[in-house]
Amino acid sequence: MAKKDVPPRWDRKMQQRLARGEAAALGELYDRFASLVHGLAHRVLGDERAADGITREVFAQVWEHPDAYDPRQGPLRSWLAALAHRLAVQRLRATETAALAPGDSGSPRAAEELERKVRRASVAARADYIVHSMPAPLRAALDLAYFQRRDYRQTAVDLGVTEDEARRRLRLGLQLLSTAHDAGTPPGPGGGL
Amino acid sequence: MNGAEFSEAHDGTGDGTGGVPAGGGADFGRPPRIPLPRASVEDGGQPLPAPADPPPAAPELSHDVLKSLLGAWALAACSAAESLAVEAHLGDCGACADEARRLREAVGLLHQPESLDLDPGLRTRVLEACLDRRPARIPVPAWAAPYDAETARLDALLQDIGDAEWHAPVRLRWFDGEAAASRRTTVAGVIAHLLSVDGLVATALGLDDPLGENRAQGPAARTEAFWQASHFPPTRAVRVPWREQSHRLVQTVSFTGGTAGRLGVSYDDFELPLHDAMLDRAFECWVHAEDIAEAVDYPYEPPAPRHLRGMIDLAARMLPAVLAERRRAGLAAPGQAPHLVPAGRPGRSLRLEIEGNGGGEWLIPLDSPGAVGSAEFEVAHVALDDVEFCRLAAGHVPPEEAAAGQLGDPAAIRDVLFAAASLSRM
Repeated sequence: MAKKDVPPRWDRKMQQRLARGEAAALGELYDRFASLVHGLAHRVLGDERAADGITREVFAQVWEHPDAYDPRQGPLRSWLAALAHRLAVQRLRATETAALAPGDSGSPRAAEELERKVRRASVAARADYIVHSMPAPLRAALDLAYFQRRDYRQTAVDLGVTEDEARRRLRLGLQLLSTAHDAGTPPGPGGGL
Repeated sequence: MNGAEFSEAHDGTGDGTGGVPAGGGADFGRPPRIPLPRASVEDGGQPLPAPADPPPAAPELSHDVLKSLLGAWALAACSAAESLAVEAHLGDCGACADEARRLREAVGLLHQPESLDLDPGLRTRVLEACLDRRPARIPVPAWAAPYDAETARLDALLQDIGDAEWHAPVRLRWFDGEAAASRRTTVAGVIAHLLSVDGLVATALGLDDPLGENRAQGPAARTEAFWQASHFPPTRAVRVPWREQSHRLVQTVSFTGGTAGRLGVSYDDFELPLHDAMLDRAFECWVHAEDIAEAVDYPYEPPAPRHLRGMIDLAARMLPAVLAERRRAGLAAPGQAPHLVPAGRPGRSLRLEIEGNGGGEWLIPLDSPGAVGSAEFEVAHVALDDVEFCRLAAGHVPPEEAAAGQLGDPAAIRDVLFAAASLSRM
C-alpha cells in the first residue's frame, strides 16, 4: 500500500535524475519500489532467487533506459509494476517451456496448461498490486472482514464509520480487486512494453 | 503492454455505490452461477450460532440496500438473515447476480501479502549490477556508501515492525569518559535521535535543519531539544522525515565532488571533515539499528566488511586526539614526553590489531595527536574482534570488559581502551 501520496512531480524528478546518471537516485528508486517489484515477481514465479533476478533486471532496465518511462502515461509505480510483471511472466514461460519433455512442447495440451498457469500467476500478481495500491480505508476494511473475520457491523465499529460506509468499502474494495481478472494475458517474448 | 492494467486504484468517493462498473446487466434472466461461500462458520473454530429454528425469514430489504450488501455477503460478513435476503434477491436480479459472482471470485484473490523481508544484501547486488551496465555520471562517493547502505538497512527493518513496536523501550547507552551512561527512550525516539544528529551534516551542507529554528548544538542537546519540542512522544511518523533527510544527504554529497570533503561538520565540542562525519553517521546508524533490533527481537547483521573497516579506521584515527584530551582532563596517564614529539615525527605507539573481515592493523601514536604511529616505538599490542571493537567504541562494552588480547605496557593499553570507549556519546 502506498505509504503516502506521491505527487507526479516526484516521478518526473526521479526520471530526470536517473537520466542524469545520478547513482543516489537509483538507490532511492530501489528503496521505494524494491519490495513492490520483488513481491510481484515472487507471486508470479514462486521462487526467491528467480524474484531476485527479476528485481535486478527491472532496475537495470530503468537505469539503462530511463526515457522508456513517460510520466504523462501514468505513475512510475504502475509502470514499474507492469515491467516487473511482464519480465516475470516471460521468465515463467521460458522456465516452464524448458521443463517440458522434448516431445511435449508442441502438444496442444501442454500449451494450454502453460497458458492456464501463466494466466493464474498474472491474475494473482495483479490482485496483489491492486491490494497494494488501493486506498488505505478500503484495504483496512477488507483486512478486517477477511483476515480478522469481522462482520461488517464489527468492521464499522473497528473503523469508526457507519454500517453503510463499511458495506460500501467492502463492496468497492472487492470491485477494485475483481478487475484483476480483466486484463488479458500479458504478451509473451517479443511483446512490446 | 503499456502498464494500463497496473493503473492506480482510486476511491470512488461520494457516490455511495462504488466507482467500478460491475459486470453490466445484460443477462437478466440467466440463472446465477454463484460460487459457494468461502468457508462456513463451522470451519472458523468459533462458537456456532444457536440453531436457527425456524430459519430466519429473509427481511424485506430494498434493492439499493441489497446491492450495498454484496461485498459483505461475498466476504461472509453479514448476518444470516441478510445473507438469505441477498441470495433470494440474486435469483431475481441479473445485475446483482453478475456482480455477486465477480465479488466472490475477487475474494479468492485475497491472500496474505508476500513476505516483505527482502534480503538486505540484494540492494547492493542490484545497484552494482545496474552500475556495471551503465556507470554513474554522478556516483555516490565511496565515503558516503556506508551511510547509504546502513540507512537503507535500518529502513528495511523499520518497514517490518508493527505500530506497537515503535513504542518499545530502548536504552541508549554510551561511555561518558569515566563510567557507563544511558538514557531511556523508544524505537521512535531512537529514530528522532538519528534525525536530529544527522541534521548536523544537513545544516553543514546548507539543507534544512530538522530542528527548525532551534539553535541547540551538539548531538545530545539537539536530541533532547527534538524530543521536547513535542508534547507527545515520537511515533512512527518520524520515519519519513528521517528517511527523506538521509536520502537528501546522499544526494547532496554526491554533488560535492572532491573538494567539499574538506567541509567541516561541527559536533559542538569537536569537528569532523564531511567524509568522516558521513562515516560517523553510518556507524551511529548501525549501532542504533542494533539497539532497535534488540528491542523488537529481530536479527541484525554487522555492516559489509569494507564499510565496517572504514568505521574502524575512523575510530583508530580519532584515538590520538581523544587520548590527548583525556590526558589534559587527568583521565589518562601523562605521556612520557608529550611535548618532545614534534608533529609528523614517530612516537611511542600501540599496535591495534583488529581481527575479522572488517579488520586490519593500526599504529596509534600515544603521546601526541601530531605524532606518527611507529612500529619502531611500539610499546603495546592489543587484539580485538572487529565487531567487539565497534561495540567498545559505541560504549556498549565497558573498557575493562572488552575481550582484548593484550601484550606490553598495561597503562598504554588501558588508556587506549578507555579512549576508544570515550569515542561514544549519546
